[in-house]
Amino acid sequence: MKLFFHLGRYFILIKRVFSKPEKLSVYVRQIIHEIDNIGISSLPIIAIISFFMGGVITIQSAFGFTSPLVPLYAVGYTARESMLLEFSPTIVCLILAGKIGSNIASEIGSMRITEQIDALEIMGINSAGYLILPKIAAGVLIMPFLIAISMFLGIFGGYVMGIATGACSSYEYIFGIQAFFEPWKLYYSFTKVITFAFLITSISSYFGYYTHGGALEVGKSSTAAVVYSSILILIFNFLLTQLFLT
Amino acid sequence: MIEIKNISKSFGDRKVIDDVSFTFEQGKTNLIIGESGSGKTTIMKLMVGLHEIDEGEILYDGKNFPKLGVKEKQEVRKKIGMLFQGGALFDSQTLEENVRFPLDMFTSMTKEEKLDRVNFCLDKVQLTNRNNLYPGELSGGMKKRAALARAIANNPQYLFCDEPNSGLDPKTSIVIDNLIQSLTKEFNITTIVITHDMNSVVEIGEKILYIYKGKPWWTGNSQDILKTTNPELVDFVFASGFMKEVFNAVNKK
Repeated sequence: MKLFFHLGRYFILIKRVFSKPEKLSVYVRQIIHEIDNIGISSLPIIAIISFFMGGVITIQSAFGFTSPLVPLYAVGYTARESMLLEFSPTIVCLILAGKIGSNIASEIGSMRITEQIDALEIMGINSAGYLILPKIAAGVLIMPFLIAISMFLGIFGGYVMGIATGACSSYEYIFGIQAFFEPWKLYYSFTKVITFAFLITSISSYFGYYTHGGALEVGKSSTAAVVYSSILILIFNFLLTQLFLT
Repeated sequence: MIEIKNISKSFGDRKVIDDVSFTFEQGKTNLIIGESGSGKTTIMKLMVGLHEIDEGEILYDGKNFPKLGVKEKQEVRKKIGMLFQGGALFDSQTLEENVRFPLDMFTSMTKEEKLDRVNFCLDKVQLTNRNNLYPGELSGGMKKRAALARAIANNPQYLFCDEPNSGLDPKTSIVIDNLIQSLTKEFNITTIVITHDMNSVVEIGEKILYIYKGKPWWTGNSQDILKTTNPELVDFVFASGFMKEVFNAVNKK
């Protein structure tokens, strides 16, 4: 029953979020602010993780491909496929669910317990729209770019580590990342990213918006936001993969 | 003018507001007083629509607020300024941005006009040239004054103040009280102040509603309250030795 309660309340909130903004220019300014808050500030962590994960995937692939029947360019091919299909769109989004999700839930939760949301409502502002819509829009707009950067840096990390450790040659790696490329896989990956961006921002906002109590409850909302965002990312990852790859 | 007529509210089985009626007059500081937990803040939240009433009417210049549609409610709310107990300033915005916020949302003023209005409001609450400070850099009293500046930024017709003096020293409390009263007179606002600060009651209470256990127990003004014989109100008003001395002094006269 609790699941249906939360689902119902979530969809009611989303309906309020997507109602007509009071003043578009203020919302646009908020979206730009959120792009900086959600996107730009996440860039360093994404860059570091992607670069090293790309490197590790390359080394592990080279280590595993011991058969003379497997060409060495398969290392590059594996790095590309891993980064494009799963690591960047899913694992990086799970990491972002932790970073962005807790940030959004605690920010909105703190505003709730300090009556800032009540203040918005009393001014005649749709607080759900004003606070949540810019976050969702910013997430959906900026996360595909973050993930594209992650894909590039992951593949580049694989190249650097592959050469540095002697796992493969430059020519083999570059040949591998170009081999059997199917552009529709990018469509699949970015569909996942946009879906996950929506899930992370809306679910975290939901938990923040309905925080009641004090600082302890804000912490609980942050935790719930990360946990439920992550679970839903995994469920939707499965559903979208079924939809696209079968 | 705001009228509340026979309003009631229950949370679960507990009736917290029971058949309260009162008229809050324009150009006057109307006070709702009572002990902690008596239902004062609930009445205010019902009046501004943060809670829904179970029964009764809340009339803003004749319009029954709870029965209005979403858009009509928003129109009424644009005329409301509210000073929250904790200030409720937006932490991520400077003082200037906080005060400018209602102007950004609801007016088509130019940048210069908005800045003039912000500076005017900050002057009114004695926070001149503090435009670029963040709420985290302000003292409790300054936060209250800044919140008051934001509340009056959009020329409200109705001003609600929820315990404006809580957590403030007596001197700052008097500054806030005087500000609220002078703004009420200057702009002819319907002001509703929730307080249990007896100094405020005596200083600015032009029309007072005493709430006891969710019920309207007594009405009057700051002069009447010192002569009251209502036992619950006497208990409340003269709980401190200081107020007893004031009472004796008034009676001697």
